[in-house]
Amino acid sequence: MKLFNELVFPLIAVIAAFIVGGIFVLIIGDDPLLTYQLLLGSALSWPDGIGYTLFYATPLIFTGLAVAVAFRCGLLNIGAEGQLYVAAFAAAWVSIKLGGTIVKIGGTDVNYSWASLPAVLLVPIACLAAILMGGLWGAIPGYLKARFGSHEVINTIMMNFIGIALVSYFTQYYYKVPGDPIMQSAEIGAAAHIPRLGSFIPGIPTRLPLNVAFLLAILACALVYVFLWKTKWGYEIRATGENPSAAEYGGIAIRKQIVLAMAVSGALAGMVGINEVLGYRYRYYDGFSASYGFTGIAVALLGRNHPVGVFLAAILFGMLIRGGIFVDAFTDHVSKDLVEVLQAVVILFVACEAFFRGSFNRFGLLRRSKV
Amino acid sequence: MLELRKITKRFGEVLANDHIDILIAEGTIHAIVGENGAGKSTAMRIAYGFYTADSGEILIDGQVRRIESPHDAIAQGVGMVHQHFMLVENMTVAENIVLGAEPGSAASLDLSGASQRIRALSEEFKLAINPNAPIETLSVGQQQRVELLKALYREARILILDEPTAVLTPQEVEEFFAILRGMREQGKTVVIITHKLDEVLAISDEVTVMRDGQVVGRLKTSETNAAELARMMVGRDVLLRVEKTDAKTGTNVLGLRDLRVMAADGTPRVDGISFDVRAGEVVGIAGVEGNGQTELIEALAGLTEPSNVSGQVEFEGRNIRDAGPRERKQMGIAHIPEDRHRRGLLLDFDLAENSILGVHYRKPIVSHAGVMLDNGAIDRRAREIIKDFDVRPANPALPARSLSGGNQQKLIIGREFDLQPKLLLVAQPTRGVDIGAIEFIHRKLIALRDAGCAILLVSAELEEVTALADRLLVIHEGRIVGEVDPKVATTEEIGLMMTGGHK
Amino acid sequence: MRAIFNYTLIFSMLRLATPLIWAALGGLFSERSGVINIALEGIMLAGAFTAASVTYYAGNPWLGLLAGIAAGVFIAGVHAVACIRFNANQVVSGMAINILMVGIPAFLGGAFFASTGSTPQIAKEHLIPWTPVILAFLMVPVTWYVLYRTPFGLRLRAVGEKPEAADAAGVSVKLMRYSAVLISGALAGVGGAYLSIGQSSLFTRNMTSGRGFIALAALIFGKWRPVQTMLACLLFGFTEAISIQLQGVRLPSGEDIPNQFIQIIPYVLTIVVLAGFIGQSRAPRALGLPYQKER
Repeated sequence: MKLFNELVFPLIAVIAAFIVGGIFVLIIGDDPLLTYQLLLGSALSWPDGIGYTLFYATPLIFTGLAVAVAFRCGLLNIGAEGQLYVAAFAAAWVSIKLGGTIVKIGGTDVNYSWASLPAVLLVPIACLAAILMGGLWGAIPGYLKARFGSHEVINTIMMNFIGIALVSYFTQYYYKVPGDPIMQSAEIGAAAHIPRLGSFIPGIPTRLPLNVAFLLAILACALVYVFLWKTKWGYEIRATGENPSAAEYGGIAIRKQIVLAMAVSGALAGMVGINEVLGYRYRYYDGFSASYGFTGIAVALLGRNHPVGVFLAAILFGMLIRGGIFVDAFTDHVSKDLVEVLQAVVILFVACEAFFRGSFNRFGLLRRSKV
Repeated sequence: MLELRKITKRFGEVLANDHIDILIAEGTIHAIVGENGAGKSTAMRIAYGFYTADSGEILIDGQVRRIESPHDAIAQGVGMVHQHFMLVENMTVAENIVLGAEPGSAASLDLSGASQRIRALSEEFKLAINPNAPIETLSVGQQQRVELLKALYREARILILDEPTAVLTPQEVEEFFAILRGMREQGKTVVIITHKLDEVLAISDEVTVMRDGQVVGRLKTSETNAAELARMMVGRDVLLRVEKTDAKTGTNVLGLRDLRVMAADGTPRVDGISFDVRAGEVVGIAGVEGNGQTELIEALAGLTEPSNVSGQVEFEGRNIRDAGPRERKQMGIAHIPEDRHRRGLLLDFDLAENSILGVHYRKPIVSHAGVMLDNGAIDRRAREIIKDFDVRPANPALPARSLSGGNQQKLIIGREFDLQPKLLLVAQPTRGVDIGAIEFIHRKLIALRDAGCAILLVSAELEEVTALADRLLVIHEGRIVGEVDPKVATTEEIGLMMTGGHK
Repeated sequence: MRAIFNYTLIFSMLRLATPLIWAALGGLFSERSGVINIALEGIMLAGAFTAASVTYYAGNPWLGLLAGIAAGVFIAGVHAVACIRFNANQVVSGMAINILMVGIPAFLGGAFFASTGSTPQIAKEHLIPWTPVILAFLMVPVTWYVLYRTPFGLRLRAVGEKPEAADAAGVSVKLMRYSAVLISGALAGVGGAYLSIGQSSLFTRNMTSGRGFIALAALIFGKWRPVQTMLACLLFGFTEAISIQLQGVRLPSGEDIPNQFIQIIPYVLTIVVLAGFIGQSRAPRALGLPYQKER
């Protein structure tokens, strides 16, 4: 019964989204049923459909978890987008600097790197760089809230713009191969690549970009669950989110929890960089994120801020992205922007859910910007 | 004339008003009395349109009226002063008063005209309020008079006052009553909601008594007395007696020397307090609410910014003024907070998770590597507290929100007693708790005292502090104005000290 | 350097500040009533797309502007219903609308104009490059007057500061908040329309590129007051104007000036202000809190 209650509202939200989306498809003169058939069919075909669905779901699992952890502390992290950008850049930077990257400029080899580490060292260091950088970018608005009481929603939005501008600056002026018309960094050393699942799991074609980062995402779900519900730190974060005054009374340093939760949140968002840089593009590509950070809000809400829910919701959105690309190509008028409409409607519906449950207290700390 | 007929109002499980009939005669001061939760405020909020009744009707001057919002009530000449003032602090008196009944056209707000009328009203009823002062610069008593002006400005004929004296000192109460009598002379009808019987007798012409959502009687004040009213309010003789022996006191546990606590805005709330609490005794603090009790307890629990606290707080001979709440708990200071929903509970967490708040970080709750929570230990602790303190329903997996006030309070008390404290800070232990639980909680407190714990008790119920305390301190405006022996002191004597008038 | 600071720069600043002022004043109405409006970005996009489409079809920018306003009001209405009727978390609802408004124009534009989400070019004589600029600066004193000198403004401020007090005084909190959010939609809709039929001559995908958020930043920077908010918009418009002028300008050393550092100035300033380093910026007390009667 409890499980049913947990599932019924997300399902209503998804169905409502498909209905609203269907109306839009009708408006532009296409057939909604055919569109959805195409969308789901292409997302669930084996191996490419499912492979790509899971590949697109990977960053959303990370950002969904990121938003969920912050939520549990009563904080809204709208900054996952910025966090994942700076983290991806950090991963690329480390993989260039320590990965023996040599770039041909005008016929001569220019060494971009300081060292050429083996994969066993380089991959963990690059992953760590992404995690730490994301964590740092999350911790800053956390600290600003804890220290000055400034609202994390505004600060994370501001940090998005700042982060994206800064990495764009570094890419443009320092790590781009001169003459490259695309805003992207030089390629990272091969030792920093993480393998595609197809390279070691029989039956999965190697052409699919689905890589080890997906397994990391599953691991992250498990770790977040243990962290939040089985450790004292998780208890303190959740207590702070539920009722900061009571948490304080229980001897919990709530300011510390705010910084911690935002750091963990940022670190999780930062792990998107592992998928993107080490597992897929092998370089930092400016503007790579298809709003993963913002979609993470939808994923977390739909997934009830629980790792299992986040995982399922991320798969659903992965399907939409995969199917959206297909729909774009194979219908007369429908573009992949349909996916954004669906996402937005899901969020709106889930956001209104509190009303139907008669509970307003789901955003503890949010109610006061001063701690 | 205001009449409520067969009014019923239900909040979820709770039947707040059960087919009640209230009749208020024109030009009188009418008191509505009852214990906390008896349904007095609900009934009057229905009359004011703040809530809508599930069934029943409201009559004014003998006519049935539809009152579905405060707007309707105001149009019918009903005004209400709420227990928590409904004033916008960063706006001026005039702005607050005209809000919702603005003079001038929609395109232009005529504040200067309004100010003149407010000044005139203020003089007519002797309220002495400057219409241009911002609300945040006014004292509590002045703010209350602004609330009165708000109703008068709207030409209210019937004024409903919800617990108007809770925040006033006895002198202010006297002035306030004089204002009310003046209003009656001008032909206004006043309804005063209260649970203080002496005030009922002092001010009202008639009185309606409520209990458990029902009206149990309507009397002429001149024909009744405090004992009869009290009996009607609680349904039995109120004889709050706690069985206890004399205290066997030990060494000093808590010593305060010139303790000062400032509010966040820099105003002093506790203004140089010094006293000791010894092992095995209950020291009670009596006083009108808002005289520094809350700030005193919060500061002793370590919940105040250290920069706002000065003076000495000695616990077992050590100055612990700058220690945080966790350190204090570890030393053996337990705390039952005055507001269990704000401080004491994680309402959406289950009882098991609530039972470990404050000890969640240490053994035996935390086992492996000092990080992982031990579910077995949590469950054992929760079950123990539930059993020892008779928390119902006895299911650790229920969310705290689903419990009644009394059971929530028992859970908190159980959790704090389980720390085996050397010092217990306890504020309003029985607020909003049913009679049965009150007796249970009182017995537990005395048992803890007899086990050698030092207890500092703050309660707004004078009866409660006098019954439980071995020594009674009286607080007024952040200062201790005297100490009495609760066994011999009379209510009049303590009441006089609470005004700050007597040393 | 002197070449940079000239009349062109001033005009550029005024035009760049205009959409910010419209949106920020919109945000001011909403937020002073207690409803967080992070949806400004999405509302502007709705206004921009609708105004460009209607102007293109009708050949009349005033019709386009009206349509842009209507679209803004409609989208703000969605936000209002979610926040006021259903007590949705206001930030979440606002984000949803921003995502929705990236999607819908692109989706409809792609279908109607066979593009990747932009509208066709609008003829030059059908653009309104200056009127909305002048009106924006007129809206500032108007907003001030409404807020501080009319019964509506008094109620609005009360509802955003202490809704229970307004309720007790017979003011409908819901009605006030609905009106405020809808006004917010109309004003931000003008801001969006100006982008597509004033500053440029077509709608392009996500053409606000964060201006809704900058407007929100300006509102915070301006402490939720009309005149200060306008000044903040001018400051942010100025940084944008500078950053456009500096494109391609080289320092004597031969390096160009990184645009990114100028772009982030508004964001950094907002963080600094919010942290209280430049005076306290106090939000309306009931901002973000759904109003429900206490029990």
